[in-house]
Amino acid sequence: MIIDWFLSNPIVGALAVLATLSLIFGAILGFAAVKYKVEGDPLVEQVDALLPQTQCGQCGHPGCKPYADSIVNNGEAINHCPPGGQATINALADLLGVDAPSLDAEHGEEKEVKQVAFIREEDCIGCTKCIQACPVDAIIGAQKKMHTVITSECTGCDLCIEPCPVDCIDLLPVETDVKQWIWEKPSPIIIATDKNNASEKETPEAAA
Amino acid sequence: MRQVWTVPGGVHPPENKHQSMQEPLADCSLADEYILPLNQHIGAPAAPLVEVGDTVKKYQCIAEPEGVFSAGVHAPTSGKVIAIEERFIAHPSGLKAPCIVIAADGHDSAYELTPCDTPFALEHEAIISRIRAAGLAGMGGAGFPSAVKLNPRANTPIDTLILNGTECEPYITADDMLMQTAADDVIHGARLLAHTLNNPKNIIIGVEDNKPDAIAALTRAAQKYSPEYSTQIEVVSFPTKYPSGGEKQLIYILTGKEVASGKLPSDLGIVVQNVGTAAAAWRAVRYGEPLIERITTVVGEALGTQRNMKVRIGTPISHILEENGFQAPSHSQSFSSPSPRLIVGGPMMGFAIEQTTVPVVKTTNCVIAPSQAEMPEAPPQQACIRCGHCAEACPAGLLPQQLYWYARAEEHDKLQSHNLFDCIECGACSYVCPSAIPLVQYYRNAKGTIRQAEADKLKADKARLRFEQRQARIAKIEEAKEAKRLARKAAAEKNKAKAAKQAAEAASATGSATDDKSDLVSKAIHAAKAQQSEITPEQERAKLSRTFESLKSRIEKTEQQIKDATGDTSRTETLNAKLKQTQLKIKEAEQKLANFDAQSSTGRPVSPGSGSSLGQAAQKQSAAASSGNSSKPATSAEKTVLTLRKRIATAKEKLAEAKAEQKTSADALEQGVKKLEDKLADALKTLDAKPESLNASAPKEAAPLDAASAAILKAQEKAKAAASLTPEEKQAAAILSLEKRIEKAKDRLKNAQQNNDDNIEAFTTGLQKLEDKLAKLKN
Repeated sequence: MIIDWFLSNPIVGALAVLATLSLIFGAILGFAAVKYKVEGDPLVEQVDALLPQTQCGQCGHPGCKPYADSIVNNGEAINHCPPGGQATINALADLLGVDAPSLDAEHGEEKEVKQVAFIREEDCIGCTKCIQACPVDAIIGAQKKMHTVITSECTGCDLCIEPCPVDCIDLLPVETDVKQWIWEKPSPIIIATDKNNASEKETPEAAA
Repeated sequence: MRQVWTVPGGVHPPENKHQSMQEPLADCSLADEYILPLNQHIGAPAAPLVEVGDTVKKYQCIAEPEGVFSAGVHAPTSGKVIAIEERFIAHPSGLKAPCIVIAADGHDSAYELTPCDTPFALEHEAIISRIRAAGLAGMGGAGFPSAVKLNPRANTPIDTLILNGTECEPYITADDMLMQTAADDVIHGARLLAHTLNNPKNIIIGVEDNKPDAIAALTRAAQKYSPEYSTQIEVVSFPTKYPSGGEKQLIYILTGKEVASGKLPSDLGIVVQNVGTAAAAWRAVRYGEPLIERITTVVGEALGTQRNMKVRIGTPISHILEENGFQAPSHSQSFSSPSPRLIVGGPMMGFAIEQTTVPVVKTTNCVIAPSQAEMPEAPPQQACIRCGHCAEACPAGLLPQQLYWYARAEEHDKLQSHNLFDCIECGACSYVCPSAIPLVQYYRNAKGTIRQAEADKLKADKARLRFEQRQARIAKIEEAKEAKRLARKAAAEKNKAKAAKQAAEAASATGSATDDKSDLVSKAIHAAKAQQSEITPEQERAKLSRTFESLKSRIEKTEQQIKDATGDTSRTETLNAKLKQTQLKIKEAEQKLANFDAQSSTGRPVSPGSGSSLGQAAQKQSAAASSGNSSKPATSAEKTVLTLRKRIATAKEKLAEAKAEQKTSADALEQGVKKLEDKLADALKTLDAKPESLNASAPKEAAPLDAASAAILKAQEKAKAAASLTPEEKQAAAILSLEKRIEKAKDRLKNAQQNNDDNIEAFTTGLQKLEDKLAKLKN
């Protein structure tokens, strides 16, 4: 009977079917929008995940998350992060689909080696100023007690240097030990005609 | 005969094994100094048990394993610990690492060992603990702590034990020599490990077919002890190919099973141990002998003698080289290029060392001192021509060429999706590369970089977490502070309202609202109205009696004042008038009280009339206040005070005049002023006393209310008194009070400084402000 009706009213029938379908799918979409709502801004999270989390504030923001937020929502340039350096800029450019600029020198220079803060304990007066300045709680100590840096937690952000009234905090380069050491990348290709001038670099794979 | 499979790829480099097999196994002489790195294995470094200056004996444990993934270290000879410091170790980085340094005394006196005659009667745990105590780490190359490997997870039964005697790398013959000279130890070791692993079905010793002597020796030894056991030890030989000795490659060759990427052999029910480890395990369990010695191949054309040596762990390589007649262009400590290099490990997977002082460790199976002709410098690398030889050679089935491009471009994601971490770094691809590209070095670099990036990521996540937690903590503290502030504010407001209410109540109750502020009165009306309905007869009565009492006391005071004021007729008159008024009021109050008592005694409910009459009285008051009829002081005492003050002022003026004109009456006037001042003081006293009398007459339940109202009265009077004071007096009083406040503020500041309070700053600024005020006043 219904089939007969559809056959006799093809246009109205088609419209009715389409309307029914659109209502059903609309309901599904509406349900999905409520059920699978994403809290927060996923892009900010992704950008934040790429930042080095030193929380140093060299980008002009109080921490990495605010900078990530500014990149996503205010269109701030992605080259304001010296601790991350070019690697971070490239990763951000990759994520956001833009060209990778070089690091903005205005915000500082990329450091070759990682650094950690070190408190010369004989000079420390126990003022707790550096403890308050540390963004990651990597300094322990108490009023009038000597302070020290938890090296494994220190991000090398240098925010503790400035507040120290007796200048007893140094930033020391992290020394690589046997466990952290990684093989050097082979030097770039030398064409055969340069053979005689080639540097006398040794390669461990001296099989041949 | 067991079927053997063939691994894909692989290469056939010149074996060069014959050089070191010409001579018999030799014992290396005692060195002067032994350097024992604390981390000779994969895992956590051992913790030293000795201190500098301690005397140690051979076999003594000088560092204990820390955690499960660790192995202890034992003294290779008797002597004295001369240092625990960073020394150069045999590592491709050429870096230093913590070591225990022992100066040998030459006696080589040994610690007494505890042998075990029946090792097969021992429990699994006992064997494991003996192996662990002996500091055993895999002797094939990686140095995996053996005790860990022999403790497979309970849910994966082991059905195959494989002993790795492949030794596929060129030049190295240490395992070959061991299998020939100590085949019994190897076989016993195999039995012991099988016993420890709950007797797997298959025990296989895999040996490449280029070691016929070793195969023969092992077969002989295996057959000798076979009647005692149900399971046979199979000695399987297979065609020589590099790198058959890789763990996963050997498993495939012997069983045809592939260990999946990221899995362990134990997931397939297989455990692989090096033959050297098996022998050492036997010696450790049977004789209690810790691992202090191993066989190392010392080979290379720069040496006078090429052979295998039993070397104590910790022996400096320079000592071994000397022992074997090393001829270097210069005998300096470090050999500069292009002098012969020193290679630790094989030519395919080993690494060059720059320091000859580095020690032999548990994993050092070979030291090569090649001549220039034997191992020339690697030719310079050229561009990849995409020939694909590397892919054919790769035993792990990877695509070395793709990995090379990605490694060059540092595309770490692509590298990982191309299974870079399945690369066993065997060097076959580099070996076949016609462009001499150091492929393995690229992979090693990429692996290290990826691992570092992962570690950095972990650290960054930790930093982020710490940062966020810190932010949350700070926010919480701020919130708590704000909440406290709000609570204080609310409390203050509540107190204010309460005080106002009480004042209003007091005012309506006494019917003698002293305030001329109409708003307070109206408030009182509201309060009174609000309370009308709730007033109980008791409260009503208490109120009335209170009124009565206060009026009574007022009459007494006025009478007193009249007495005092004799001589001053005008004053006496006013006072008398006051007295009469008050007496009228008291009569009224008495009447009311009597009425009330009569009402309540007859048991009738409180008529609203009494309440409304109160309300009427209050309304009257408010009308009076609002009509500006406030010139009439509410109480006689206050009026007295006011008039007295006026009089004092005029008297003083007169006195000043008289003094200025040097009149004789000045003295008399002065006395008059004094008298007046005394009177004033008296009057003030009575005024002060009034609230107390109020208090005293108040019923107990109303006491707090009255105290508050008393305070209000006091404050009001004070304000009035202050208003009537001369500016000089005012100032003096102000200065006095200010000084007091400053004193207090200073005390508080001191306290705060001692306790390192957050509010130091606030206190200091407060003090500053007070001091400023004081200075202003004094000016």
